[in-house]
Amino acid sequence: MVHSGQTYAVVLALLFAVAAGLVGSFALMKRMLLASDVISHVALPGLGLAFLYGFNPLIGGAATLLLGTLLIWQLQKKTRLATEAMIGVVFAGSVAIGAVLTPKEDLVEALFGRFEDLSLTAFLVGVTAVLLIILFVFRFKDELILGLFAPELAAATGVKLEILELYFLLVFSLSVLVGLRFLGALLAGSLIIIPATTGRRLANDLSHFLFISCLASVIAVGSGLAVTRYLLPRFSPGPIIVIISAALFVLSLFRKPAEIRRRTGPLS
Amino acid sequence: MILVTGERDFGGQTESSPVTWPPQFVLPNGVSPDRNAIMQALAYAPNRADYMTPILSVRDLTIGFGNHTLIQQLNFTVDPGDNLAIIGPNGAGKTVLLRALLNLLPHEGFIEWAPDAKLGYVPQKIAADRHLPLHVDDLLAAKARLLKLPAQNVRLVADRVGLTQELLETSVGILSGGEFQKALIAFALLGDPNVLLFDEPTASLDELAEEHIYELLRDLQRERHLTILLVSHDLSVVYQFATKVLCLSRGKPCFGPPTEILTPETLEAVYSTPVKFYEHHHDH
Repeated sequence: MVHSGQTYAVVLALLFAVAAGLVGSFALMKRMLLASDVISHVALPGLGLAFLYGFNPLIGGAATLLLGTLLIWQLQKKTRLATEAMIGVVFAGSVAIGAVLTPKEDLVEALFGRFEDLSLTAFLVGVTAVLLIILFVFRFKDELILGLFAPELAAATGVKLEILELYFLLVFSLSVLVGLRFLGALLAGSLIIIPATTGRRLANDLSHFLFISCLASVIAVGSGLAVTRYLLPRFSPGPIIVIISAALFVLSLFRKPAEIRRRTGPLS
Repeated sequence: MILVTGERDFGGQTESSPVTWPPQFVLPNGVSPDRNAIMQALAYAPNRADYMTPILSVRDLTIGFGNHTLIQQLNFTVDPGDNLAIIGPNGAGKTVLLRALLNLLPHEGFIEWAPDAKLGYVPQKIAADRHLPLHVDDLLAAKARLLKLPAQNVRLVADRVGLTQELLETSVGILSGGEFQKALIAFALLGDPNVLLFDEPTASLDELAEEHIYELLRDLQRERHLTILLVSHDLSVVYQFATKVLCLSRGKPCFGPPTEILTPETLEAVYSTPVKFYEHHHDH
């Protein structure tokens, strides 16, 4: 029944869920969650060109995605207004360009993704990327935390902030790229955004935050894949995964954050 | 305590150094001179600074952003065990100076730390993002790991500043101002610095918390022979605490012992307005 191509795809999707939860947690703390949407949307014209000229959609996506990363890196150095304006412009602009370029019959797939069996090579490439992301987060966790908490303190402790920033952005984009394949350009950013937001609701220390974000992400991907395979085979799993993820967030709203216990000081 | 620190530096003098006094104490490197004799001799020394290697020398320091020069041609030295207070009106470049001393800012001129200087930095409280899902513990442990210190050092510095286990496991966002300041001091103490750079330690603290912080600083200084560089607006504290005062203002900077600098005339020139520093602390 289940052949290896399918197993590969499921294993990679679950590993990706862990990576997205971790990267999303730090992206949330850096207040750059929306950048994942910007990056994934930028990939859409690339996907469109790939479908149009018949080359691998991942290559088209990766090329435009790299462009988007550099664009954000540059604009991050400028004013807040520019970043915000960029998000608005890039969102709409790239979806529109992508919609024009992508052949009609491939548009839904480009926007919402498709869950397909993986060759061993594709699986290995994907697993390498995902492990790279996970290892990066664990290796640079302390540097990232200090940089977030007080950049001066981090610098005084010897953290090289600028290069760390670039590394993080590259890892961040890599996460979006891995998600692009099965979640599609519209939803690739959502597994970075939603589980981390759920984690933030429920945790106020780092290890719980990271753990809950990853757990929420894995539950969404696992149950989303199961639902589309056994209950709703007509749908592609991307939207189902995102719906489950959002439902988990809604559930988290019913629990009061632990911080409310003490009422002194500012609430976060 | 200043003298004890002096002893170490004195012992480190080489033959080619300018120190010629007192000749019987100039020993080859690595040999400790008799501590009591040195302390006695230094106590009688007419000008201590002549015999001590400064832990920090700043010469011709100029810092600017674009066309705007904030600090121009600044000169001062800090000896081991000194308490240097940096005062001046808002925007005079006090924080900028601290950051330059930490080598976090591009600058012209010379900032020379003694080879054994180990810096701990306590930034302004507002420079930290408290809206993060971090326990105090997360921050301290992160620094301990980065510096490859044993994990129990976190507990040690926390005990030293009076942070309970419960506070260590509290989110940074809900600590009181005084607790948060202690957390920042504990963070700075990790790694055993012998110099503390302290930016506005008591800003937005009530008087009781403020006193606790200064008491803590004094105790730390006694125990660890710290040199402290302190940016402060509280002139009465500066008067009690500082051994040297550096004032930054848009006019000419001034540098000297508190009795010389903290006069109504000098302060008026620094702040461009009459300052009654001796009443400041108790009025509100």
